[in-house]
Amino acid sequence: MSLIELAFYGFSGVAVFAAFSVVLARNPVHAVLFLILTFLSTAGLFVLMGAEFIAMLLIIVYVGAVAVLFLFVVMMLDVDFAELKAGMARYIPVGLLIGVVLLMALGIQYTTWETSPEAAALRQNETPDMSEVQNSVALGRLIYTKYIFGFQAAGLILLVAMIGAIVLTHRRRTNVKRQDIVAQIYRDPDAAIELRDVKPGSGTE
Amino acid sequence: MTLDDLTVVLPELVLAVFGMSALIWAVFSTGGRRGAALIWLTSAVFVGMAAWIAFATTGEKMAFSNSFVDDSLSRFAKVMILLSASVVLFISRDFLSRERLAKFEFPVLVGFAVLGMMVMVSANDLIVLYLGLELQSLSLYVLAAFHRNSVRSTEAGLKYFVLGALSSGLLLYGASLVYGFAGTTSLPGIAAAMSPEGLAAQSPAGVNKSIGLLFGMAFMIVALAFKVAAAPFHMWTPDVYEGSPTPVTALFSTAPKVAALVLLARLLTTGFGNVVADWQNIIAAVSVLSMFVGAITAIGQTDIKRLMAYSSIAHMGFALMGAAAGTAQGLEAMLLYMAIYLVMNVGTFAFILSMRRRNQPVTDIYALGMFSKQSPVQALSLMLLLFSMAGIVPLLGFVAKLYVFLAAIDGGMVWLAISGGIASVIGAFYYLRIVYVMYFGEQRTPLDNTIPRSGLITLVASAIIVVVGVVNLFSITQWSTVAALALFQ
Repeated sequence: MSLIELAFYGFSGVAVFAAFSVVLARNPVHAVLFLILTFLSTAGLFVLMGAEFIAMLLIIVYVGAVAVLFLFVVMMLDVDFAELKAGMARYIPVGLLIGVVLLMALGIQYTTWETSPEAAALRQNETPDMSEVQNSVALGRLIYTKYIFGFQAAGLILLVAMIGAIVLTHRRRTNVKRQDIVAQIYRDPDAAIELRDVKPGSGTE
Repeated sequence: MTLDDLTVVLPELVLAVFGMSALIWAVFSTGGRRGAALIWLTSAVFVGMAAWIAFATTGEKMAFSNSFVDDSLSRFAKVMILLSASVVLFISRDFLSRERLAKFEFPVLVGFAVLGMMVMVSANDLIVLYLGLELQSLSLYVLAAFHRNSVRSTEAGLKYFVLGALSSGLLLYGASLVYGFAGTTSLPGIAAAMSPEGLAAQSPAGVNKSIGLLFGMAFMIVALAFKVAAAPFHMWTPDVYEGSPTPVTALFSTAPKVAALVLLARLLTTGFGNVVADWQNIIAAVSVLSMFVGAITAIGQTDIKRLMAYSSIAHMGFALMGAAAGTAQGLEAMLLYMAIYLVMNVGTFAFILSMRRRNQPVTDIYALGMFSKQSPVQALSLMLLLFSMAGIVPLLGFVAKLYVFLAAIDGGMVWLAISGGIASVIGAFYYLRIVYVMYFGEQRTPLDNTIPRSGLITLVASAIIVVVGVVNLFSITQWSTVAALALFQ
């Protein structure tokens, strides 16, 4: 068994094990950590396929941002997961049914899947020569030329998501004290402190 | 990317730049009436762009390596979308101000939703198609939850978001299967992969269509049926329509339907035009189910917004009947149906937005008891619009139904036309019930008679269109014929 094969089976085995553990783990924090493990081993599989850009993206975006966000949510919100799981038994048959259907849909690929005769050539047309350029260069060439419209449209979608998050959650609080830096800079110590001669028994005004 | 590409997408560019600059202006200015001003401005910009698109360009142009197409069909749809969204903004301003919802984000989000719809109707590629759809849907999710202090509105937004995300997932899954088969995301490319020669070459053994391809097509149709709220994928509609702020409901039931239907028509005709027999039955089944579900389940409803939700489900069934025919005539019938549907719906919502009692919005239809005595002009206009929706003979709604029935019969689907006739008779009941309540119903606490001028103008104008339009449909057919032929060359 070559080293590459060994790495492939190693990564896949860990990925499958970690994916099962995400669902089965009792402690939600452990579940999120297993999710991170799944992402990491999937990234390893991508590297083996020669898709190093997607592998790094998976680590930066999914592990670095998404999973950590999950972790924060799980740790900060006091969700009673035992209670959530109590109702699960009722939904298991439906869930299993959907799982079987999805598995069958995936299974098509190995049974009666056919592609159009030109499909492979068409796909190859778009791909720059991988022996000359790296992944990120190849992707960049396509994204910033042929697919520029989609790329910009995706940017607009993210802008809408941002507007939406602000519209739905931002509240202007009135009773909060904010730091006013300009006022602090222009504060005059002479004017801020006033010395008064207080006569005994009379107090200040 | 060249300058030619940018010229083709110039209307979209202008709208995007308008949306972003409006956002920046509103963020940095501090006036108290920014929202209301921006609603007027956006509405005016929509009308200007509609006129520009309608008269400035002709012919068929492609951009961005054929992923974006500007042809007579997309222009026809864009004009419908822009005008209906403009009127919806026009009638909403008063309601939004009263409910303290006239924030400047509202018109900005509507602007981005309309931009998404314009991209949808011009999409000639699965990637552009999906991005347009997402831009539109995401803006609409936020708008559904726009009244964030109301539990109903938040619930509507969440429900719409979760189910919409599910349908987007289905669409992507279907698109990936289709891409896997064809090796290209461009719609003409997919059609070429499915041409009779292509299909014969791929399988000498006699199996003529890839099962993965059929799966992908079915998934995409299901997802789009979900977006237009056609039965049996309509479950979310009544709750979302009822919970959302009424102006948003008015928007939901007009422009996005046009965009999604035209997108569906383009996908089916350009992309899957070589396998008509495979999708025709799916569309016909969805059409029949929508017509009957819309007609029968609406009978028990007393909330006018829920009623309009079921009514829109039924109308989508009729419009899809045109698409099911799979001919240029069918597509033209669908476009005309949608144009007429927009007029009727916008007018009706102009009235619903003005329904208030003791300065609170009401949606119960029995609140309209003896409304005809209170304000005869409004009652008469609403009656005409409802008669038209029911498809009663001398009105525009009947002409719309006639077109789709004829298209279905010419397309060899007589059974579809007959079931459409039965469904429209059943559906007439609930429209007529509102008219009955208005003219002969029991008098309750009367409504505040406070229809704003914009609402009154829209209500009366659409009622007049519904009556007068029967004469020659305002010659709209000359454009719709050209638009429908764009896909059949």
